Amino acid sequence: MAPDTEERIAIESDNDVVTARQRARELAARLELTSTDQTLLATAISEVARNITTYATRGEVVLSIVRDNGGREGIRVVARDSGPGIADVDLAMQDGYTSGGGLGLGLPGARRLVDEFDIETAPSQGTTVTLVKWSRAR
Amino acid sequence: MAVPILKQGPFLIASIQAALTDTDVLQLRDDVMSQVTRHRSRGIIVDVTALDVMDSFVSRSLRGIAMMTRLRGAQTVIVGIQPEVAFAMVRLGMNFEDVQTALDLEEGLALLQTQEGPADGGS
Amino acid sequence: MAEPADPAAGSRGSNGRSETSADLLKELVAHLSANRTNLRQEWARRIGEARLLTALTPEEIFNEATSVYDNYVEVLETGSVEALQDYARNLSERIIPRGVETDEVLGIVLLLRDVLARSLFQKYQTDFDYLNQVLDAYEPAANRIANTVAINFVQERERVIRQQQEAIRELSTPVLQVRERLLILPIIGVLDGQRARQLTEQLLRGIRTNRAKVVVIDITGVPTIDSTVANHLVQTVDASRLMGASVIITGLSPEIAQTLVTLGVELGKVNAVGDLQGGIEEAERLLGYTVSLGSDGAEDSQSR
Repeated sequence: MAPDTEERIAIESDNDVVTARQRARELAARLELTSTDQTLLATAISEVARNITTYATRGEVVLSIVRDNGGREGIRVVARDSGPGIADVDLAMQDGYTSGGGLGLGLPGARRLVDEFDIETAPSQGTTVTLVKWSRAR
Repeated sequence: MAVPILKQGPFLIASIQAALTDTDVLQLRDDVMSQVTRHRSRGIIVDVTALDVMDSFVSRSLRGIAMMTRLRGAQTVIVGIQPEVAFAMVRLGMNFEDVQTALDLEEGLALLQTQEGPADGGS
Repeated sequence: MAEPADPAAGSRGSNGRSETSADLLKELVAHLSANRTNLRQEWARRIGEARLLTALTPEEIFNEATSVYDNYVEVLETGSVEALQDYARNLSERIIPRGVETDEVLGIVLLLRDVLARSLFQKYQTDFDYLNQVLDAYEPAANRIANTVAINFVQERERVIRQQQEAIRELSTPVLQVRERLLILPIIGVLDGQRARQLTEQLLRGIRTNRAKVVVIDITGVPTIDSTVANHLVQTVDASRLMGASVIITGLSPEIAQTLVTLGVELGKVNAVGDLQGGIEEAERLLGYTVSLGSDGAEDSQSR
């Protein structure tokens, strides 16, 4: 994939989440991310994309390669949906927040797995989560 | 895709073959409970060697299965967590503190067997 | 000086020749192709004179010179550096293990540029205006070529250095199997986040490969640790447990213990024993203990 192309994976079912994970893993392998880092990224995607299928019914995951000023390469994952959105983001980013069942470790946990994490959300306005995992091979 | 569950003496072995959808996980839970009941199993091994990702949902679900089987008198041992997966789980905060784990099938069965214990008057 | 950027721009030499940048480049390519033999030889000769690429034989130098020359001309002809990039990467992969340094690679590319420029001086010496036009067309392309080759070489070198560093790190902290099912990881020196991460990966893989049930991590040789590394240590213990192995930490100095307490690390989770010897004994006890609690007395600890 050239630096400015991106890959979109529609998320409508569990299988799509698996597809998104595997595509991200393949991309990460090409950038020489370690096997551990690949797994961390795939796991983070699983956490975040699951929220799409659980709360928003459908959304998409967009994968792209990014480069920083130092020439370092990384994978950027944008998971977006036009679902109900999250009312209190700060609360959602605290460990232990529950929304609709389970322990709700999704977002704070996902953040611990990646290098950069960003979330944009508002009630009735959907949610966009952006993750970046940098290659340690500069 | 249903997870095959085999009987091995007093124990059951559930070998997960590939990535699990949420539906598969729920199906696994139901199948495990019905098999444990039917065979009055003393223990069940859940083999996750083939999983390259164990996210919080899968981890929570396996934990739930372990708790439920315990109510039926069966010990659950999760085996085959891969190095990278173990690392990711810990970073995610899923420590499995109250769930037994072992390296692989062989170790898992050994663990269940020692828990059966030689006759010492105990349970 | 005239700007060569716009191919549509024309220029008029003293002979009244008016040519676009594209035409000038075409003429340049024709000249370089026609003089391929003697220019390559000239270049190879000067490489030898400057004592560059001493790691290669004269035949090898001439062969590489030929490839670079042809790629050079192709860039001038097509405007695309792709073929050159591929070649530069390939060349770097081959000559770096031979010990060729960055300054040599830069040196030979600049030499070629000089050789070609002088040959242009010679050809167009009767028409300085025209010579200027040709050089204006040549200059940006020549810069691009030098850049491409140098950058590719440097990137490849950096990649090799990283690999070597990785290998050194792995060698310097081996995971040792001393008994069946028992691994020892002696850590020496200051730990940073990256090294800690690498150790964890090595250890976890070692647990799988060696089917270890107990791991002794000895940090006697570690003077201090920060919160990142402390957290890493705890994560390593937890991850090892997920793989069915219990961890004993030995050599925890009072200073480090204090650091851990200050950082709020849950020391209760960590099975710490004073020194390595004690740790190994404790490990053997754990291994023997898991075998059998049978009433028939002591059993061979290797049985499981």
